[in-house]
Amino acid sequence: MITLSIIKTIHNWLFSVLPERIASITEMVLIAVFYLALFAVIGLYLVLLERRVAAWFQLRRGPNRVGPWGIFQTIADALKLVTKELVGTKRADKFLYNLAPYFVIVTALVSMSVLPFSEQVQAFDINIGVFFLLAVSSIGVIGILLGGWSSNNKYSLIGAMRSGIQTISYELSVGLSLLTMVLLTGTLQLSEIIANQQANGWLIIQGHIPAFIAFSIFMIAGTAETNRAPFDLVEAESELGAGFHTEYSGMKFAYFFLAEFINMFIISSIAVTVFFGGWLSPFGITEGIIWMQPIWFCIKLVAIIFLMMWFRWTFPRLRVDQLLKLEWKYLLPLNLMNIVLMAILIWLGFTI
Amino acid sequence: MTEQIVNNSFKSQEYFVNMGPQHPATHGVLRLILTIDGEIIKNIEPDLGYIHRSIEKMCERDSYQQIVHLTDRMDYLSSHINNEAVCLTVENALGLEVPDRVKVIRTIISELTRIASHCLWWGVMGMDVGALTTYFLAFRDREMINDIFEETCGARLTMNYNIPGGLMFDIHPNFVQRTKEFLTHFRKKLPEYDRLLTNNVIFQKRTKGVGFLSKQDAISYGVSGPVARGSGYSSDVRKIHPYSAYNSVDFNEILFTEGDTLSRYKVRIAEMWESMKIIDQLIDNIPEGDIKVTTKAVIKLPKGEFYQKVETARGELGVYINSTGTKNPYRVKFRSPSLSNLNALKQMAVGGKIGDLVATMASLDIVVPDIDR
Amino acid sequence: MSYFKDIYKGVKTLLTGMSITGKYFLNSRKGALTQEYPENRETLQMFDRFRGEVVMPHDENNEHRCTGCQKCEIACPNGSIEIIWDRQVVPETGKKKKMIDKHIYHLGMCTMCSLCIEACPTDAIKWAQNFENSVYDRGYLTRVLNKEGSKVKAGVED
Repeated sequence: MITLSIIKTIHNWLFSVLPERIASITEMVLIAVFYLALFAVIGLYLVLLERRVAAWFQLRRGPNRVGPWGIFQTIADALKLVTKELVGTKRADKFLYNLAPYFVIVTALVSMSVLPFSEQVQAFDINIGVFFLLAVSSIGVIGILLGGWSSNNKYSLIGAMRSGIQTISYELSVGLSLLTMVLLTGTLQLSEIIANQQANGWLIIQGHIPAFIAFSIFMIAGTAETNRAPFDLVEAESELGAGFHTEYSGMKFAYFFLAEFINMFIISSIAVTVFFGGWLSPFGITEGIIWMQPIWFCIKLVAIIFLMMWFRWTFPRLRVDQLLKLEWKYLLPLNLMNIVLMAILIWLGFTI
Repeated sequence: MTEQIVNNSFKSQEYFVNMGPQHPATHGVLRLILTIDGEIIKNIEPDLGYIHRSIEKMCERDSYQQIVHLTDRMDYLSSHINNEAVCLTVENALGLEVPDRVKVIRTIISELTRIASHCLWWGVMGMDVGALTTYFLAFRDREMINDIFEETCGARLTMNYNIPGGLMFDIHPNFVQRTKEFLTHFRKKLPEYDRLLTNNVIFQKRTKGVGFLSKQDAISYGVSGPVARGSGYSSDVRKIHPYSAYNSVDFNEILFTEGDTLSRYKVRIAEMWESMKIIDQLIDNIPEGDIKVTTKAVIKLPKGEFYQKVETARGELGVYINSTGTKNPYRVKFRSPSLSNLNALKQMAVGGKIGDLVATMASLDIVVPDIDR
Repeated sequence: MSYFKDIYKGVKTLLTGMSITGKYFLNSRKGALTQEYPENRETLQMFDRFRGEVVMPHDENNEHRCTGCQKCEIACPNGSIEIIWDRQVVPETGKKKKMIDKHIYHLGMCTMCSLCIEACPTDAIKWAQNFENSVYDRGYLTRVLNKEGSKVKAGVED
């Protein structure tokens, strides 16, 4: 009730005060500012969460000095990054060098705008939701390639090329595993997918075996999309330098760094929305309470993010050719077989 | 020399890259000049000398008791074994016979040092391959060994506990009990290490068939230690030329014949089990007796050349002392195991990818201060 | 068929690895080995034989046991100890005897090898468990071990 009435109040107030065109533009600007703030806060606190969770895996405590439980640690890190000197290489391509971080941020923000955080909080609900998400995430690759090329540094170039190959290969698996779930719902629109889950139960339970396989493939491919371990050969510290963001420092490096964590957030949100029912509560416990919906979304989100962090701190890295072999020889055929399996199950009516 | 490499390598698409002195994957300050074509390595040239501290020259102005503390800092992960090597050389040259108690304690502490060194190697190997948690788990076990050493010798890394003639002072009363607690704890942890890293399918793909060294090449390059035993070349100094109390204990020499990174890895894990077996046999029966043989305050070796080999955690360390009868040695030379092992890197890594180079170097287990003393 | 078997075996090893780190995560509250250093100074205790810094113990009458025999200076491998001594007249016997004026110890050069402590015939110097030795000026690292106005305890002969 609270969120609904605040949004309605602001909406009515704006339209009463200003003429219509300017009011709608102002409303869009306000929504954009809200999402930017959300982006910054989530990015900062995901970094802190990663450091603490990593520490608990490694028998130590994470940062706990700067503020209670270390909550101001990332703010201290951000302040440090902002005050650093922006060093660049001498013959770097200036325009592309400055442009590259913005690609990854814009991709992340645009993807965030279609995610349903609760029944009323969804900025942009178009009827090709899933397809839109996949298309936009392909644009992020350009940012990485530009960053590597324009740094005028051979290590960055190697890193950027590897990352480009990795991302475009694994997008296929992400798309196909989401397609498996779309077969069950019949619609690409994200809010309709959640409505379907409200009526029939969560999608991972509806399409039991093929949905579970699709979920595992989605998690593996999603981890590879965001260049996280065990697929982080691109930015591995023990290989050459630091990959495509070697030559970036200060705020531009902060953009790449934050964008990686926001990508992790987006992949987890897609998983939660498509497989686990978005903002729905399990077994419909708190069905009518509107302000519980974002909270359920956050709980499920944190569980999936924890799973991705668990992957990172347990497994060694894969080499580049093994990474590509995994995708093209194992994940893609499995995905295709899975789609056929799901189609057969739906035709025979064995879904729950 | 660098110009030569640059001029020779600019044909086709090759370019050269410095895996420079500061790098997270070279275990110390080692500079490797790589010539790469795309992702395949064509040539490796190591460039040494960044941490040369002229230990051998300093030994020429010190007396024989003072040489010992310099060898701590050569291969700092097996410092007790280095000290033991120098003390054994001097004792053999003088014809001294140390008491049995000294021999048994020296062997127990050597094996504990070997376990500590292999623990750290395991952590760093995991970290280089990408599994970052293994580093912390390995250090937790190493802390227990460091506590044992700190209680007895007073220092955790540079122990300086041996003197020519025996040990500096007696072991602490808690030594036996702490060692036994450590053994029970570690016996449960080693299978966990296997489950976390060894059987992991990603790790196996990363290390199987990578960095191959055949037995002929191992013999001709003069490698020793676990690197040689991973290629099937039986070269354990503890078996072939036994010293201290190794005559009286029963242990196996671990040999694997595949010659790749995974077999070197398995050799070291199996060696940790064998070290625990040796300590088990000795820890309950430490004979009573003196802790040192009194030597003169100023030791003078007879004229001549003396050599002694020991088996450190990295391979065979040799100490050569050339004495002209005065109270300082005329020349001391250390045959370091890491330098000979590094020699074989070119054979192993050329033709592979950069990721393979990192895994191979981790399996060689070199400590750079041992290379340029 | 071996294709599926490979996948199954691979996934099983991955899950075993995850179970180990998962167990560490669940036991993390009591298994964490971190010691919060500056806050735990009262309870932190080093072992008895820990080699921190060489000190010369003085008893309540401000007397020490060093006779200035220079055996530690000879035993030190790199010259971290300098003894400044003097021949002075002993009141009881009227003869001249070697007595110590200053025992200078360069903490910055010391390698903690403990050869000096083993060489001392009167047990005048021993190890202290103090490891916080950082200073802002290198001059503070040159310490004089015997305090002002102290003299040798009676009856200590080398």
